[in-house]
Amino acid sequence: MPSLAVTVIGRDRPGIIADVTAVVADLGGNLEDSSMTLLRGHFAWMLVADLDVSAEDLAARLAHLREDDLVVSVLPVGHDEPYAGEAGYVLSVHGADRPGIVAGVTGALAAHGGNITDLSTRLGPGGLYVLVAEVSLPGDVDVVALGGQLAALGRELGVGVALRPAESDVL
Amino acid sequence: MDPQRRHAPLPAVALPAGRVLPVLTAPDPGRVLDTPCADVDPTDPAVVALAADLVATMRVSPGCVGLAANQVGVAARVFSLDVTRHPKTRTTHGCFVLVNPVLVEASRKERGREGCMSVPDFTGDVRRATRLVVTGRLPGTGEEVTITTDAFEARAIQHELDHLDGLLFLDRVAGAHAIHPRTTYL
Ligand SMILES: [Zn+2]
Repeated sequence: MPSLAVTVIGRDRPGIIADVTAVVADLGGNLEDSSMTLLRGHFAWMLVADLDVSAEDLAARLAHLREDDLVVSVLPVGHDEPYAGEAGYVLSVHGADRPGIVAGVTGALAAHGGNITDLSTRLGPGGLYVLVAEVSLPGDVDVVALGGQLAALGRELGVGVALRPAESDVL
Repeated sequence: MDPQRRHAPLPAVALPAGRVLPVLTAPDPGRVLDTPCADVDPTDPAVVALAADLVATMRVSPGCVGLAANQVGVAARVFSLDVTRHPKTRTTHGCFVLVNPVLVEASRKERGREGCMSVPDFTGDVRRATRLVVTGRLPGTGEEVTITTDAFEARAIQHELDHLDGLLFLDRVAGAHAIHPRTTYL
């Protein structure tokens, strides 16, 4: 079955997920992966569903959500092999908020072939900006050199940067 | 009291009355929170006064179980600790101040939630050793002590040792979803 990627973004209210999944179930679809969060009170959800309908048909069935000022998009996605690095790291960045922190730090990672697999950023009411990313790096990356480069970049941007091997909680 | 608690008080130290000092919060423009601290003389009267100030400042701050000297703007390897009132405490050494602490042994990491007076907006999930041995000196006498502890006291000591190395718990969070807004402050 083909997969469709659906994004729903907008003002939060109870029942958005119930509404969308009811449509998917009604079409005989099956939810694969999804991730939902609230960003400053705004609902943000991405899901991938196995569905035997076109992207246009699903979008039409979800059109009523637009009445709630929700932005809905539907795209077909292939079953590509996911890009996978070889080793997992956790990157933390924190400091005073200013433009360019995320672009600078993630740009340095990308230049080494680093791929961000999970990311969250938060701006505290006191002005502290925090970014935490899970990163996979190719096996041939000199992690010590990359860590040094990120720390130097952090000093330039006035933020603290730490890159550490991810540790598993599995017992 | 929890029967599983083990009280292992350190030799008593007579400290003068301390002052309550303002606590630096991140982002700290002076970067004292990010700077590794230096060893100091535990018998120096200024260090004894600092120890008293740390205890006094910790005491007036609700929920505060430890304070490192650089959190009050002094880049010295000194921290105060008191986990006696925390429910996750097993072994406790009471209220104490350690000067020039050195990590000797750490094992059996577990994930737990941490907050920090210097990071009032967030808490974070951090993996820390639950078995810990540290050495250090007591303020005033300079006596060397060894602290062998576990559970919450071990976590709190590692949090303070990180401060003295210029690190916050934010530098050690376990993953992209391990930082949480501190809702009790809202
Ligand atoms: Zn702290």
